[in-house]
Amino acid sequence: MTTVTLAGTPVEVDDEGFLQKPEQWTREMGEEMARSAGIEKLTERHWQVIDFMRKTYLDTGAAPSMRALGKTSGVAIKELYELFPKGPAKLAAKIGGIPKPRGCV
Amino acid sequence: MEGAASLSKAMEGFEGGRLVVNIVDTPIKCPIAPLEFCFLSDWWLQKRGLRKKTEIVLATPLDGAFTKPVAARMLGKLLEKKKILVEAEFSTGRVDGAARKLHSWDERELDYDLLVSIPLHGGSSFVESSDGLGDELGFIVVDPNTLQSKAAPNVFAIGDATNVPTSKAGAVAHFQAETLGENIQHFLAGEELEKSFDGHANCFIETGFSKALLLDFNYDVEPLPGKFPLPGIGPMSLLKESRLDHLGKLAFRRLYWRLLLPGRRIPLISAQLKMAGKDTSLLSSTKEGVTG
Repeated sequence: MTTVTLAGTPVEVDDEGFLQKPEQWTREMGEEMARSAGIEKLTERHWQVIDFMRKTYLDTGAAPSMRALGKTSGVAIKELYELFPKGPAKLAAKIGGIPKPRGCV
Repeated sequence: MEGAASLSKAMEGFEGGRLVVNIVDTPIKCPIAPLEFCFLSDWWLQKRGLRKKTEIVLATPLDGAFTKPVAARMLGKLLEKKKILVEAEFSTGRVDGAARKLHSWDERELDYDLLVSIPLHGGSSFVESSDGLGDELGFIVVDPNTLQSKAAPNVFAIGDATNVPTSKAGAVAHFQAETLGENIQHFLAGEELEKSFDGHANCFIETGFSKALLLDFNYDVEPLPGKFPLPGIGPMSLLKESRLDHLGKLAFRRLYWRLLLPGRRIPLISAQLKMAGKDTSLLSSTKEGVTG
């Protein structure tokens, strides 16, 4: 666990930069993390996915898997990959300030 | 069953090439079964003199061999030792059967000669069509410790019908059964339910050449190395290949019919996970986020 400064505030992150305390997150931090990941501007569609990931995590204690995300976020998998290249579930979780999604076991 | 039978036929006719074992998405019924299949294929292909002509690739959406760090590291090393390649973070988009190519959503492609694909697990359709009973995959949403449905107090679920964040394999259903049986009685008597299920899972992984390894874990404790069931003595080893673990797996065949099915207890094995005998020194200082 290390401490980094995001949008002017020190926060705890894991080795891969995922926030460990979702309550420390702000939308400005999300924007900063998106820029470091190569997404210049977060659009409404990005936020739809990020907000959905975050809400699911805070409600259930677990981030949705890729297919669950494609099925229930209102954004299809193909578009998810256009919005968040490489790994939508992982990147949206990171930008949304929740821990890295892992399978159950 | 149909899939297993046709895979058996395909394996019989396999003459070498590239064998791709592909986890499409998680959850699957048993998270370590694809690894076991890779290990056993390695062994079986060696016996048939085909291993040198075969590349085995595990294409997984996870970032390693397993979801939890200690087991992922140790199983990753074992895969490496057996020259089984891991294509990590591979999120399967489509299969082109005619061209024998597997495509990921991020535009990677894997050629294959034989593809073994493990689909995403899901619950029953009646759960999906019953408003509020299940999650988006049709698993019944229950309290992870009491197994009571969150939608209706007179509904309980067990095994791969539940959404609880542990394996959906038989060993878990076996351990859950104790909590479930007690809690149904408590519910009918109007008593408070027991929060006794801890996510305990226990499974053998056959690795071929008369060896196997054993995993023992729950919601909070990831699979760790050590001895099982007796601390320091074993005789079985955790997270380490051994002949005794293989013998344990063979013995389990008899135990299954003679003890488990008639409802008798297996000596020394408890429904809740025991920490004694586990080596916790490999745990990183950071606590993993709650997963599901």
